[in-house]
Amino acid sequence: MDNDLILLGHGSGGRLSHQLLDELIIPTLSGIPASGQNDAAILEHDGRRLAFTTDSYVVDPIFFPGGNIGDLAINGTVNDLAMVGAQPVAVSVGLIMEEGFSRSELAEILRSMRQAADRAGIVIAAGDTKVVPRGKADRIFINTSGIGFFRHGLEIGGANARVGDKILINGTIGDHGIAVMAKREGLALETDILSDCAPLNGLVEGLLEEGAAIHVLRDPTRGGVATTLKEIAIQSDVTVTLDEASLPMKGAVRGVCAVLGLDPLYVANEGKVLVFAAPEAAERVLERMKGHPFGRDAAIIGEVTDGIGGKVRMETLVGGMRAVEMLSGEQLPRIC
Amino acid sequence: MNRSLLDEFRDRELVRGLAELIARLVEGRDRPLSFMEVCGTHTMSIYQFGIRSLLPPGVRLISGPGCPVCVTPVGYVDRSVAYARQPETIVATFGDMLRVPGSTSSLMQERARGADIRIVYSPLDALALADKNREKRIIFLGVGFETTAPTIAGTILSAAERDIDNFFVLAAHKTIPVPMRILSDDPELAIDGYLCPAHVSAIIGAEAYRFLAEEQRVPCVVTGFEPTDILQGVAMLVRQVVEGRSTVENQYRRFVSPEGNRKAKELLSRVFVPSDAVWRGLGMIPGSGLDIAPAFARYDAEKSVPVEVEAPQEPDGCLCGEVLKGKITPFDCPLFGTTCTPEQPVGACMVSSEGSCAAAYKYGQ
Repeated sequence: MDNDLILLGHGSGGRLSHQLLDELIIPTLSGIPASGQNDAAILEHDGRRLAFTTDSYVVDPIFFPGGNIGDLAINGTVNDLAMVGAQPVAVSVGLIMEEGFSRSELAEILRSMRQAADRAGIVIAAGDTKVVPRGKADRIFINTSGIGFFRHGLEIGGANARVGDKILINGTIGDHGIAVMAKREGLALETDILSDCAPLNGLVEGLLEEGAAIHVLRDPTRGGVATTLKEIAIQSDVTVTLDEASLPMKGAVRGVCAVLGLDPLYVANEGKVLVFAAPEAAERVLERMKGHPFGRDAAIIGEVTDGIGGKVRMETLVGGMRAVEMLSGEQLPRIC
Repeated sequence: MNRSLLDEFRDRELVRGLAELIARLVEGRDRPLSFMEVCGTHTMSIYQFGIRSLLPPGVRLISGPGCPVCVTPVGYVDRSVAYARQPETIVATFGDMLRVPGSTSSLMQERARGADIRIVYSPLDALALADKNREKRIIFLGVGFETTAPTIAGTILSAAERDIDNFFVLAAHKTIPVPMRILSDDPELAIDGYLCPAHVSAIIGAEAYRFLAEEQRVPCVVTGFEPTDILQGVAMLVRQVVEGRSTVENQYRRFVSPEGNRKAKELLSRVFVPSDAVWRGLGMIPGSGLDIAPAFARYDAEKSVPVEVEAPQEPDGCLCGEVLKGKITPFDCPLFGTTCTPEQPVGACMVSSEGSCAAAYKYGQ
């Protein structure tokens, strides 16, 4: 087999992506060990801490139920900053367009970006525009980078999960991936599922009132809840135990997944956060989530238990027990 | 999809009750009972819901050759790779075939190199591709059991009706009852009963297994996919063994009739003829395949689209064959999880979403 080829799976956010990062990208670019990987980097300068992150968006189709590539690009970067506990301040926008792309569609995307930025309370501070010949890109790709500041000294990150922590999520899983999937050509599916694409910085700010009880925040985007929990279990060297019956899920998402043979645990979300919180604070965290518009269907879905490090297991709906692994290969390419 | 209906078949109390019933039935037996499932969807469901963890030690579930992609010989993959390299050719396939390793390449690698390979959800989508791209050849990879074969038969008939002459099927369809006879003859496996497939049986009917129960004396229960279905199927098998009976019972009556789907069977007999087929792991099994009938030979890629194919090489050390026969579990293969992973699969069982090794890797023990 030819190992020189970059495959779609290398961009899936799952195991192949991790391999490429660990074997090639990180060692070549910076050498920072993989265990330090979080949604955003934290830089220290003159005693101030700054969060910095970047993300590229290639979703297909660019307009989908519940959003478009524009608000997705703003919310995604806002969320990456929020996941390290930072308050997002500003983002930059890089547009790469294919010759012949529609000016009116671009206008609509830009309006969505502006609205999303206003909603998140951030500014779009810098940008760049490139156009490539027809056929050399697919309509429009967007890169956003963002910075955020810290109002607190809390240590939040994937390596901070502790035995006893409760695991919470702010609502139903799989909505974004299924909304995009159902819109794709070739699938005659009619659903009313909307993407959950949303800025989570407001919700996270409320949770941070709980102070040191919040240990981990991470948004389960590509690779879904399963892959994200596996990452955290590895980074923190703990066992995560999930309770399938408590996972919030829309009936329509469950139905589409059953028909297409997809596992909702691996389907992307764009407005969800997984929270690891100290057990004594878990109920309060849950109440805070439920009191926020983006957290009404919040639930406690599992806990960190004693056991082998890096393992995720799940008590199934019917009471059986099984392991949960990372997404491997591509489940749905170009989902964000 | 009705959520409450699905939930009924996943009811925790019902499941616990069935598991307890099975435990009571096998109590005091001196050797564990081995039941084989021969349907990839059963294999996945058993892993996905952790069914084995609910069963008493006196019952063993063995996964048989129920994954159509997994039993497809490596030469077939090589031929599809060869087609993908041809100019003006689109290979259309169900997604699972993409990552199956051939002798030296896979369709996924060919796609990354620029081959035009499309994932379709139905053979009719492949026919639509052919209609839209009349200047190109569309090679559809027809892999599957009796469940997928009728839709492909229907598509070939539709191509004939609409006179679409750039649509071809590379057919490797297989039928499941014959290999079940061979496996039940194997003293090493000592199968005590079959969980007969659900979808396949909806087409061929529960009566198709009668010879196994009567001639081979193997209890058979046609079983659905949901956790309560599977446990009820196991309980029915245990009861047959305990009572010394071997007959065909139908747990999945909500979809499977004794005689099956007459229309689908007619389609099969119009477009396909029984043939000998090579199964990965099991070898050549007479009468276990379906070839495209001579009247439709113009749609048969193997007959109508010549291509040079490399000599097939089975991967070194791969024990897919033993896994497919149920002789070892995926965990017993020395390559499992080390050199053979879903990212870099050595054998097809690690690739297909219905493969035993893929299920074992994803869902653990």
